[in-house]
Amino acid sequence: MADSLLFDAMIYLSAAVVVVPLAQRLGLGSVLGYLIAGVIIGPFLLGFIGEEGDELLHFAEFGVVMMLFLVGLELEPRLLWRLRIPILGMGGAQVVASTLVIGGLAFFVGLHWNEALAVGMTFALSSTAIVLQTLNEKGLMKTAGGQSSFAVLLFQDIAVIPILALLPLLALSHGGGGADGGDHGHGGGALENLPAYLQTILTLGAVAFVVLAGRYLVPKLMRVVAATRQRELLTGAALLLVIAVAVLMTFVGLSPALGAFVGGVVLANSHYKHELESDLEPFKGLLLGLFFMAVGASIDFKLVAENPLLVLGLVLGLLFIKASILFIIGRSFKLGLDQNFLFSLGLAQTGEFAFVLLSFIKQEGILPNESVALLLVIVAISMAATPLLMLFNEKVLQPKFGTLERIEDNRPADAIEDQRSVIVAGFGRFGAVVGRFLGANGVQATILDNDSDRVEVLRKMGFEVYYGDATRFDLLESAGAAEAKAIIIGLATPEENLTLVEVVKKHFPHLQMVVRSFDYMDTYELMDAGVLHIFRDTIRNGVAAAGEALKLMGHRAYQVEHYAHRFLEHDTKALRSLAAVRTDEQEYQNMVRTAVSDLEQQMRSDLGPYRTPQGAGWDSESLVEEYGE
Amino acid sequence: MSNVLLIFAHPALESSRINKVLIEGIDQISGLHFHDLYQQYPDFYINVQREQELLLQHDTIIWQHPLYWYSTPPLLKQWIDLTLEHGWAYGSRGVFLKGKKLLSVITAGGSRKAYETGGSNQYSIHEFLRPLEQTANLCGMTYLPPYVIHNTHSIGKQDGRKIREAYHHFLKGLIAGEILPEELSHLSYANDLTPSQLLNNQ
Repeated sequence: MADSLLFDAMIYLSAAVVVVPLAQRLGLGSVLGYLIAGVIIGPFLLGFIGEEGDELLHFAEFGVVMMLFLVGLELEPRLLWRLRIPILGMGGAQVVASTLVIGGLAFFVGLHWNEALAVGMTFALSSTAIVLQTLNEKGLMKTAGGQSSFAVLLFQDIAVIPILALLPLLALSHGGGGADGGDHGHGGGALENLPAYLQTILTLGAVAFVVLAGRYLVPKLMRVVAATRQRELLTGAALLLVIAVAVLMTFVGLSPALGAFVGGVVLANSHYKHELESDLEPFKGLLLGLFFMAVGASIDFKLVAENPLLVLGLVLGLLFIKASILFIIGRSFKLGLDQNFLFSLGLAQTGEFAFVLLSFIKQEGILPNESVALLLVIVAISMAATPLLMLFNEKVLQPKFGTLERIEDNRPADAIEDQRSVIVAGFGRFGAVVGRFLGANGVQATILDNDSDRVEVLRKMGFEVYYGDATRFDLLESAGAAEAKAIIIGLATPEENLTLVEVVKKHFPHLQMVVRSFDYMDTYELMDAGVLHIFRDTIRNGVAAAGEALKLMGHRAYQVEHYAHRFLEHDTKALRSLAAVRTDEQEYQNMVRTAVSDLEQQMRSDLGPYRTPQGAGWDSESLVEEYGE
Repeated sequence: MSNVLLIFAHPALESSRINKVLIEGIDQISGLHFHDLYQQYPDFYINVQREQELLLQHDTIIWQHPLYWYSTPPLLKQWIDLTLEHGWAYGSRGVFLKGKKLLSVITAGGSRKAYETGGSNQYSIHEFLRPLEQTANLCGMTYLPPYVIHNTHSIGKQDGRKIREAYHHFLKGLIAGEILPEELSHLSYANDLTPSQLLNNQ
């Protein structure tokens, strides 16, 4: 058993590792890569996946739950509130219109009205997994089209609940709604036998519990876990969080994806946000990859080969109808042409929910097995077609129609907050000053700190600080390092600073680094590492204090200002030459001596009678010599 | 009676020959507020509100500075740029300086002759001071003839003391109301007022 598990894991991972980079290189994107990998290892090519593909699909859909949790994390409640009009308006219009049109067509083809309605509702929904993953990958989440897509997907996820409630009324079921609730956990869950009012109360109670726990319990728990300083325990806690929400939601018969989304939104203000993000990101990515592979493997090519025209016609028809409806909605909600193409082509496929519903329909014998198989193929192909449609949009439509409306791209995103452009790593006394000064000038930095107690205190004081080890690549990434312009590094020790510098150089070479150093030695090391903006801990402060003393002793303030500049200039120069020879002890000591005596000489001449440093223009001595008495 | 705000701008007082002497004991003169710009704002970050309050509290404003390249030292220019705001110092609502007197006290290396047509500087001090004069006009202030000390490169210790005494005497006269601005207006330099004229007034 264990052997076969490892063997399967090896197959999936090698397919992914081989095919996805190839697809990326060809500009197809990772989603299409996974789908192709799935087709290759599927029953119709290499045959590594057989019947267990369906099971795999259900398991892998947990990736969708995680994705929605992560999406929720990025979406603070007030931002969600701002999205309410697109969610209800666009989402509502899309679900209703698509259901009616697709259902209507099914009715004309000869289905009974209630079956037609069920088919309509099934095909009205789109694939959260494919759309969000593709949008994220292309960096389009924050465009108007991406936002609208997200709003519609969110509404669809909510719509799943009433749809499930409707299905039994359509007499498709005899009360076995929960039997197949693997995926989004749709179906009555464990509460089925309770009276309706009790079910409602428990359901609402569960949602309230998620909200309250997210607000009060989870931060406490995370703090306790963080205090152990065991990385894997934090990852475990993050996983536990999402799984617990999913289990709870399934128990009360709600969509776990929706529950996870709510949980995410509740935690969006938490300072563990970036930590959770970076912990869950790889799991989400792998599970989604698995999911896409499973979709690819589930395409029944035998069926396609038997009825190529029928399948092609149905897929194209479905995509065309859905895209047209979406396009009209996009237009009436004033999306620009290029954004509207992204929106309408992106959401034209059928979602993963259809797999559940169709197997359910098959089980109930509502439609003949062949028809169900045909519909399943259409679902899978429409999903697989999405990355191709996006590619078509990107390469063909946008260059033709997009250019005219480029300005719209520059419009500030409506809901999801823009990534902040400065990251402050380390929020000790140094970082606190940095953060305050940036904030006072309207630059809201993303602040990272790995002292959970301090984070707690600072949070209470109103600073937006996130808990986590800033030297970790994944935490930096979820803090938005890829989009940020600069990082200010002021961690607790020189070693940590250097580690972070190396991580930034390796993974985010575009990021400008401003680094605080402690003493000469680590300053040299930072110089060697190529850091351009180094701020030594005490030098400026020491010079300022000495300058104040000089003023008290009667020196003119403006001269002291010049002395200070000159001193710092000299010191920096000396530091550079010292850095070059510091490995040679003898040479280094010679150099130190020279530097010190140079400086002394300079300072002496600074203070000499009638000498104005840097002020020869104001020096009247030579004038007196020439024109004086 | 009038009270005087003396705004002093010298970036290199350490190497000054005459200004250093001129301001010796100047803060002892009652009715005069000595305001050393380079000492107050070495980083050029000027507290505009405080400067405007100081201006409001005084009737006569003096700008004392060496003539550098026929102009003011940079900090005084910065002070003018920032302090004399539109809507405060000039413009339809900028009435707060109206009626005040403005006097330039200038030290220059060149002789009076050098500041004439054909001299090495070609133009008169008055012509070089036009921007300051018009600044005063725009703010509704009366620009008095400048108090100019020439030949600063050739002034010895003894001369310096005499010049200082005359200058301080002049300032006290201005404060006491013994020297009236109207009497100065026909002069070329404010310090053309002869000692006897000063004595007569006393």
